[in-house]
Amino acid sequence: MLQNFFSYILQGVSITIAVTLVALPAGLALGLGLALVNTYGGPWLKRLSAAYSLLMRGVPPVVLLFILYFILSGNVVNLTPFWAGSVSLGIISSAYQMEILRGALLSISGGQMTAARAIGMSRWQAIRNIILPQALRIAIPPWSNEASIVLKDSSLVYALGVPEILRRAQQLSATTQQPMLAFGAAALIYFVLVFLVNRGLDTLAEKTKLPTQAA
Amino acid sequence: MSDVPEFFLRFWPQLLQGAGITLLLTVQGLAAGLVLGLLSALARVYGNKFWRGLAVGYVELFRGTPLLVQLFLIYYGLPGLGITLSREWSAFLALGLNSGAYQAEYLRGSILAIGEGQMMAGRAIGMSKWRAIWEIVLPQALRLAIPAWANEPVSLLKSTAIVFLIAVPELMAVGKTIAARTYNPIGAYVTVALVYLAVVYLLDAFLKWAEARVKIPGFEAEGRKA
Amino acid sequence: MDSPILQVKNLTKIYGQNVIFQDISLDVNRGETIVIIGPSGTGKSTLLRCINLLTPANSGQIFLNGQEITTPEANEDRVRQQIGMVFQNFLLFNHLTALDNVMVGLTKVKKMPKARAREKALYELNRVGLSDRADHYPGQLSGGQQQRVGIARALAMDPSVMLFDEPTSALDPELIGEVLGVMETLAREHMTMLVVTHEMGFAREVANRIVFMEKGSIVEQGKPDDLFYRPQHERTREFLWKITELYGNKEEKHE
Repeated sequence: MLQNFFSYILQGVSITIAVTLVALPAGLALGLGLALVNTYGGPWLKRLSAAYSLLMRGVPPVVLLFILYFILSGNVVNLTPFWAGSVSLGIISSAYQMEILRGALLSISGGQMTAARAIGMSRWQAIRNIILPQALRIAIPPWSNEASIVLKDSSLVYALGVPEILRRAQQLSATTQQPMLAFGAAALIYFVLVFLVNRGLDTLAEKTKLPTQAA
Repeated sequence: MSDVPEFFLRFWPQLLQGAGITLLLTVQGLAAGLVLGLLSALARVYGNKFWRGLAVGYVELFRGTPLLVQLFLIYYGLPGLGITLSREWSAFLALGLNSGAYQAEYLRGSILAIGEGQMMAGRAIGMSKWRAIWEIVLPQALRLAIPAWANEPVSLLKSTAIVFLIAVPELMAVGKTIAARTYNPIGAYVTVALVYLAVVYLLDAFLKWAEARVKIPGFEAEGRKA
Repeated sequence: MDSPILQVKNLTKIYGQNVIFQDISLDVNRGETIVIIGPSGTGKSTLLRCINLLTPANSGQIFLNGQEITTPEANEDRVRQQIGMVFQNFLLFNHLTALDNVMVGLTKVKKMPKARAREKALYELNRVGLSDRADHYPGQLSGGQQQRVGIARALAMDPSVMLFDEPTSALDPELIGEVLGVMETLAREHMTMLVVTHEMGFAREVANRIVFMEKGSIVEQGKPDDLFYRPQHERTREFLWKITELYGNKEEKHE
């Protein structure tokens, strides 16, 4: 019986991972765009992106999740709870990822841009070939922290009825009357997943590190 | 969205009350977390193997799992062990334990940054280990921790919003009530989001003010490194 | 004699209230090495940056190979491909090896196929004596080596003119020679060069013409021997006297 119990929750793992794998890259793409606009854009784009970041980071993720969920599964667009929830989490994460990437972009000295322009690169070529490869390396450690936050926040889509780990644990808790066991198992699975994500990204940081770069 | 001003006029007493409970949860969780965080940071830096292991286990477990799971374990799980807590107590415990794990890391960092020199100097004038920690290391470490620690209140305040899922009547729960009564969830949650923004803004302003007041000249440069 | 490869006409640069330089006119002929000397803060470096369009001038014109490059229609990215620039603080791309630093302009700007770009980059690295350091990252190279990679990176684009902005000022004294050596070779190969430097020895030995700038304008210019031994202006004499004293002291110290 215990085996069935565990395997039922484990089926939620793939959904938790799927939610994370939609939210994290979506947040990265949006966050990167925003960070570039905020760093290299005109004064209005700068202000607009800064306001976005301030608004999004000033409201609890679960509140934003509900707002975005009802927008994304409403009359205009009508996504399934899985997609609405995952995309919403991505949008929420984008503000935090924007700040991480903005910090990394700003930490690259202006001389790198000057040198790139001096050999005839356009602004965009310089950003793509010279600035970004350096900034992204710097961003990996804080980004890996954000990745584990998104993984943990994926549990919020429980409230939208998406059958991920926590939802399944709750169902089991109700049917078996073993809440400690059910939520304990969920906690254990999350713990392992977060551990694996952190390890994986540490390895990535190690692999992409320049031989002259400090740890 | 156009209903938002109307919602403010109609539901302001509930919103205010919800915000009050949100702030209360934040302050309580912060205080409990500070005690837990300080204890585990001290255990981790100065404790023996047993206490060190316990502190590491606590911090890693609570940082490595979602707060929502921790909340459910406490609210739904503990009764199975004969411990039944009210919604409010469960929320308090979950938020305090969770925040404590994060605060432990800020404090541990600043204790380590103070270094062994200060400890040795304390011991050299005849203080016991714990007296030196209390009189010499902690007063410095707590000040050093302030810039990093100052993120925790806002972060914790945002975390409190999930306790509406066990029906604690804080701000997000008020949003849910408005949504149910008006059939306008987007307007309801946007209203609540605006209240959160205001509270976060005020809290942030207060923290900046407080941080400037406790600053010691010449100390802050080191503080950022920690 | 053909027309000048680079012509600066009445160029003026103002930052806010500060006149950096005013009404500068200068012709650079093909194969010529011109050294610009003068006290710090007289706008020499800004002049180079304006010529490379990294900083816009306020008025005046610049012609490269007879074409005006200061018109709004000029494609500044294309212009910069024809003007090589070597920076005081090297500004190598930190995430790229020496070879990739030299290659990146070829592959990304000139869209040259990788294999050919690699061959060309190796040739340029060899030219500055660093083919054995191709796989090193900037952080693994000495300042002198970094600057030579910087020169190779600029050379790889086959520029019509090379601009050197105090290329040895950031170097430890014992590393200056290797960079000056590379520049001297380039001058002998008739690369057109415009060099801002305080290295008077280099100026005397290598330059075809020396331009003395002070307070934002050209005070006088001429052949090294004329300028060094028969300066026309009191200010030139004063500056040369000061710098040779400084230079002499510096050499003494290192012996």
